[in-house]
Amino acid sequence: MRIARINTSENTIKGDEQDLSLLDPIIARHKGKKGNLIPLLQGAQELYGFISKAAFDKLSRETGIPLSDMFGVATFYAQFRLSPVGKNIIKVCHGTACHVQNAIEITESLEEMLKVKDGETTEDRFFTLESVACLGCCSLAPVMMIGDQTYGKLTGNEAVKIVKNIRLAAEN
Amino acid sequence: MATTVTVGLGSCGIAAGANKTYDKIKAIKESDKLDFHLKKTSCVGMCYREPLVEITDETGTYLYGEVDADRAVEVIEKHIHQQDPIRDYIVYTDLFDAPENDFIGAQVKIVLRNCGYMDPESIEEYESREGYQAIKRIAEEKISREVVIDTVLKSGLRGRGGGGFPTGLKWKFANANKSAEKYVICNADEGDPGAFMDRSVLEGDPHSILEGMIIAAYAIEATGGVIYCRAEYPLAIKRLNIAIRQAHEKGYLGKNIFGIAGFNLDIYIKEGAGAFVCGEETALIASIEGERGMPRKRPPFPAVSGLWRKPTNINNVETFANIPWIIINGAEAYARYGTEKSKGTKVFALAGKVRHSGLVEVPMGMTIRDVIFKLGGGIKNNKRFKAVQMGGPSGGCIPEFLSDTIVDYDSVNATGAIMGSGGMVVMDESTCMVDVAKFFLDFTCKESCGKCTFCRMGTKRMLEILDRITNGHGKEGDLEKLEELAYQIKDNSLCGLGQTAPNPVLTTIRYFRDEYEAHISHKKCPAKVCRPLLTYKVDEEKCTGCMVCLKNCPVKAITGERKKTHIINQETCTKCGVCFSKCKFESILLS
Repeated sequence: MRIARINTSENTIKGDEQDLSLLDPIIARHKGKKGNLIPLLQGAQELYGFISKAAFDKLSRETGIPLSDMFGVATFYAQFRLSPVGKNIIKVCHGTACHVQNAIEITESLEEMLKVKDGETTEDRFFTLESVACLGCCSLAPVMMIGDQTYGKLTGNEAVKIVKNIRLAAEN
Repeated sequence: MATTVTVGLGSCGIAAGANKTYDKIKAIKESDKLDFHLKKTSCVGMCYREPLVEITDETGTYLYGEVDADRAVEVIEKHIHQQDPIRDYIVYTDLFDAPENDFIGAQVKIVLRNCGYMDPESIEEYESREGYQAIKRIAEEKISREVVIDTVLKSGLRGRGGGGFPTGLKWKFANANKSAEKYVICNADEGDPGAFMDRSVLEGDPHSILEGMIIAAYAIEATGGVIYCRAEYPLAIKRLNIAIRQAHEKGYLGKNIFGIAGFNLDIYIKEGAGAFVCGEETALIASIEGERGMPRKRPPFPAVSGLWRKPTNINNVETFANIPWIIINGAEAYARYGTEKSKGTKVFALAGKVRHSGLVEVPMGMTIRDVIFKLGGGIKNNKRFKAVQMGGPSGGCIPEFLSDTIVDYDSVNATGAIMGSGGMVVMDESTCMVDVAKFFLDFTCKESCGKCTFCRMGTKRMLEILDRITNGHGKEGDLEKLEELAYQIKDNSLCGLGQTAPNPVLTTIRYFRDEYEAHISHKKCPAKVCRPLLTYKVDEEKCTGCMVCLKNCPVKAITGERKKTHIINQETCTKCGVCFSKCKFESILLS
């Protein structure tokens, strides 16, 4: 069930370093409009990469939408994150076409290389590894997406090589 | 006629490196001061040959396949400079036999009529291809709402999102409910894993969807329009936004549009936030209203009480893309294609173990075998065709022996699968059907909104049983329990997600019972997919003694010395499969 994704670990929902005033234009744009809750949350996430407790508080205070409603919606949709993410999000596709062409090998190879589990972020906050349902590039299966770039027809080793190269490129 | 070079820049093309190809051609064009039009288009459907470059000159049209940046240099040099097309790289042309002539020739393109043939970011190009002619004709000839609805009804068009409800009838209901405020919604929340036809239309021909929505709005007197599009399709959203802006500039959206007094319409995009259940129309409406996307009880149907409790008409992307064509060419022209109860064409997304994965549009009534073997080119690596999965998580697996089933709503339903949105994932002998069933159930279990107990808990219980079976702990009676749960979930769920969630399990039990039994009674996975049921052994002839497997084995189950055959200790082996994926000499055997 969808609610199973709730991340309640308190220390990941800190937002003290965030500049919350950035939220003001978003609140101004959507305040009082019907159906505004999802765009508000999407706006906040776009700013910070995730929605912190402080951001929730501010949004709720200034729009009058109860916190419980906000949290209910945020935990329902896969898009919303309640904890910080890495600089690069690796989305490994686990759609049907990728699944039957061994997408699991890609996730496992990357888990081993990055020393994180699916859904986690590396300690240096450089990579977040995620499984997604379908990226819609089924003809290139198995596929992963890092940033805006899609990589197709992968094997576990190739995926590892690509991720290593991204880290190398950033270090140089 | 000037020469035109067109690069396919759909998501799949871009993923295959088409942007680099485009940049390269642009650079050559500028540095060599070449005189040709360089254009962008979207997906042509031939995803397995991406990146694609089409050159049209006075002699004809040539489609080049697999054009990476290096090959682009070669193609421009030969074809443009020396006027000498490179036959080996040409995949399709009307001038001579090319490898993919059949792929294009066997299709009937109505929905995809513009995809891959025009620049999706240009309203002028859409207009030059009969774009906005349908709504203009309605305005000029003062065709009444009732006649428009009647035309759609007579065309026999049925909802392409999967439900298959007659579109004309839906419009009729929405029209019958009078209200000062009404809505038309385009469902572009394509969530089925393995389906990408809506994405291609959104990216390749956004104006045709807008025009379809404008016509629907006219027919039911809608005052507002919403496109609910997955956030996972950034390119589609970008191009839709461009299209909406252009339509506003031309006065095709706004007030008194097309000179029809009192016909006011604005369309905006609502980005979905990643919930499969939002493809269900009442959940989609809840999501637009900013709530958790949970389905509502029907009746009242959206045609009576939909968005903001006003009469609402929801159609899928592909359905809308059909509408302008039907208005221009007439209901009879459309109904000429297809079978008695399923008219017109259907777009399928071919993927999986098929040679030609991509998008195809075929008349209803073609056999599944023809789609997979004639258009799809058969199975990759000459393996044996085992089954095709249709309809995503709500659908089922159609086995090889039923592949002469024709594609129309009723015939596909009779197999236990559903037409769905049109994903066809092809499976070969190396696909384990129990694993596939588990895959889909895992998906629906996670995506269940949690409202109905049977869907929430039942899918979980079924998944536990399947987990047990694939882990080698299957018990006598498990299949019966699965079936019992399946029917309870089907009968006691409010929306389509729960009502269809057990389909993948039911169809695989129906057609591949022996495979389930092999897992349960003999603890074997015939397709060699379920790892806990496999034994890993070293092939003594192939093993070079490189020690890679030995070093990587997490439980130190492998012993051996350099340049000597290694041995896997079966007692310690946890069957994680690391040695198999690490071995460079294919010397780990599965049995």
